[in-house]
Amino acid sequence: MSDVRLRGLSKSFGAVRAVRDVSLEIERGELVAVLGPSGCGKTTLLRTIAGFERPDAGCVVVADQVVAGPGRFLPPETRRIGMVFQDYALFPHLTVAANVAFGLAARDRAEREGLTQRTLELVGLQHKATRHPHELSGGERQRVALARALAPEPALVLLDEPFSSLDASLRAGLRREVELILRDAEATALLVTHDQEEALSLADRVAVMREGHIVQVDAPEEVYARPATRWAAQFVGEVNVLGGVAHGTGVETELGVFDLRSPANGPVHVAVRPEQLELRADHDGNAEVVAREFRGHDVLYRLRHEAGRVVLAQLPSLELHEVGARVFVRPAPAAVTTLVD
Amino acid sequence: MTRARVDAWTAVTLACAALVAGPLLGLPISFAVEPGGLGEFSGLVPEALSATAILLVGVGAGTLLLGTALALLVTFCDFPGRGWIEWALVLPLAMPGYVFTLFALGLEVPGIRSSLGAVCVLTLVLYPYVYLLARAAFLAQSRTLLEAARGLGLSRRAAVWRVGLPLARPAILGGVALALMEALADFGTVNLLGVQTFTDAIYRTWFVAFDREAGMQLAMLLVSVTLTLLVLERLARGRAQYHQHAARGDVAPPVRLRGVAAAAAVLAPLALVGFVVAAPLVQLGVWSVESIRADLLAPEFAAAARNSVLLAAMSAVLVPAAAVLLAYGARASRSRGASVGARVATIGYGLPGSVVAVAVIVPLGWLERRFDAVAGTGLLFTGTVIGLFYAYLVRFLALAWGAVEATLARIPPQLDDAARGLGADRLDVLARVHLPLMRAGLATAALLVFVEVMKELPATLLLRPLGGDTLAIAVWQATSESLFETAALPSLLIVLVGLLPVAAMIRLSGRRGAELEAAQAAGAWAEGLEQRREVPA
Repeated sequence: MSDVRLRGLSKSFGAVRAVRDVSLEIERGELVAVLGPSGCGKTTLLRTIAGFERPDAGCVVVADQVVAGPGRFLPPETRRIGMVFQDYALFPHLTVAANVAFGLAARDRAEREGLTQRTLELVGLQHKATRHPHELSGGERQRVALARALAPEPALVLLDEPFSSLDASLRAGLRREVELILRDAEATALLVTHDQEEALSLADRVAVMREGHIVQVDAPEEVYARPATRWAAQFVGEVNVLGGVAHGTGVETELGVFDLRSPANGPVHVAVRPEQLELRADHDGNAEVVAREFRGHDVLYRLRHEAGRVVLAQLPSLELHEVGARVFVRPAPAAVTTLVD
Repeated sequence: MTRARVDAWTAVTLACAALVAGPLLGLPISFAVEPGGLGEFSGLVPEALSATAILLVGVGAGTLLLGTALALLVTFCDFPGRGWIEWALVLPLAMPGYVFTLFALGLEVPGIRSSLGAVCVLTLVLYPYVYLLARAAFLAQSRTLLEAARGLGLSRRAAVWRVGLPLARPAILGGVALALMEALADFGTVNLLGVQTFTDAIYRTWFVAFDREAGMQLAMLLVSVTLTLLVLERLARGRAQYHQHAARGDVAPPVRLRGVAAAAAVLAPLALVGFVVAAPLVQLGVWSVESIRADLLAPEFAAAARNSVLLAAMSAVLVPAAAVLLAYGARASRSRGASVGARVATIGYGLPGSVVAVAVIVPLGWLERRFDAVAGTGLLFTGTVIGLFYAYLVRFLALAWGAVEATLARIPPQLDDAARGLGADRLDVLARVHLPLMRAGLATAALLVFVEVMKELPATLLLRPLGGDTLAIAVWQATSESLFETAALPSLLIVLVGLLPVAAMIRLSGRRGAELEAAQAAGAWAEGLEQRREVPA
């Protein structure tokens, strides 16, 4: 039984159809990321679930309660949904503790104080309880926002681009921290982001969204390895889309023969990730290095293949090839590819 | 459900706007109804026009020179006591023109009863508008611009002249426009000095000759002059909105003055503030003591003081409350109609009190005749304080609205959403988030309205019910009869109350510490008065 169910959810603003027929189920305690480029409707989706927007069609069910559906629209304050805003939206006139306790107004005093204390401990900010938001660092503000959303023990926590206003250097650490806090709280959470790395590393499942539609929902490794469409393949990481002819479990392309995940026959396109290619220096090779992006642990090469196309290949940085060098490029052993449109 | 509520908020805003702006929009109708209404008073117009023009040119030039020079002095030069003098120069803002006139008349300054006298008096009490806005603009200038000019071969003085001043031009002109609006609205000073400007002419036709049609048409002419001024000011500004914000600590360092220059830089502003604020306060204090000793106080002094405080206090509740309704309605509905309504509702502040009084009395008179015919209620509005409150609302709503709206606009809408996501309904959001965050703005609004109502003379004079004299009226009456001792105590009270917002502003600057923030606060405050608020995004 899913904890949260979206069925055929749609929302338009005038002629702009921000969310179109979105269906998604989230299990209890699961962390799902909605991944899409900016303007794809993911924030509208979140605001519709939270109750800040009224859907044009479809329904939202949270913990077996229909909170939005035909003829039914619960205002946000009665939905038991916590939200962490992109810029945190902490109340500037209240202390950290009062911010966290804001959603507990209906509880009796002892319970309120206990919950506030416990939640602050959960995010590791009990020593900052009496501070005001402007006295905190960016990371601390984010944890307060998270604590404030978690304190009323919501059925669902929504996170809107929670890391986008943080320095890149802080992001990776905080990402892990936020994940651990959400797991500790056993929260059911839906996070929206435009950052592939964030979605892939954090979520149990990733929903890839484009122009209001959800094009694929899968575990992160599946979304990466078996993109549902060419667009999804290109959006989630770098990819070479190659034309070829399929013969059962293999596909013959201009770079060589790749294994196919599912058998097919006839002309097809396949998505080949840069790390599914390998290179070796070869004066009579089939490609030339056009550009090189050194990334520390690995290197991304941009190659011009003799057939004319540009190919991306990613290799460990153990051995470097210079720009202008001739190389021989071919499928890496056991490179299994997926058909795309 | 949501849609219905949105419309309700828009309706509230539009109703507020109609209530406040309606009478003003009705003024031109008097020309249509009675084209020759000016009649025997048409002879007043040429003189009123020329006196008003002289006043505007004189006060414009005077405040421009005095305000800009003082702002240049305190921002680009350093001298002993600069921190104090910077703020002391704002104090004349608390001195109503008619109170300073009382002081000048009591001293028997030669030639004071003339256009030139009125120009001098109004320049001395109105220059702080230019000073505050110019100073804020100078402080907001990035030092890199001035340094770039010097790198291109300009001396420091030339850099200020060719870069600093032109950059501050929109702010300076904004300050002059404010000062001119105040000069145009002034009644007490010109009336006491016998300068027959429009406000004076309106008073004489309305109150002395009881010709309301003529009064309305004169008011309409005054409105035209005011609007012309506003348009001219917009044109002069052109598109020159040189927005730039110096980072903290990025203000051009002032030049340290020494010797005679330093002494002059300290003494000249002190002499100015001494003459405009300190000397009158001392003189008024002396006269007050004398008047109490010699029992020269007007018998109705206590009643006038009580009336003033009651009127001001009630207005300080009523007007900000209406402003909250208006600003909150515009925010809640997020519709175009509501924001236009809010704009329309705030046009009253640019207009002189006498015009507002003339404008509100017509619809009120019409209404009370209808009520009287049905229920025999008599002079329900014009014979009671209701008409007066209405006029104060029309005239000062913009003042309160500016303060309230500026704080409300700084509350990001995500806070509303966050609070609602945490279980707060709309009223909860208002009580637990908006009102606490708006407290400072509300307090400012209440204080400003309180002080303005205490000082207000022309509208009160035209609309007060029988026996409803206020301190301002007591001052004006006693002064016009040359009973300076009798006028002293009420004047003193008005000035002391008027010092409150100025003191609050100075305290704010002390607490924040940072020069720039203080200047911006001052600028924002003056802009709030000016009702041309540009809220930083």
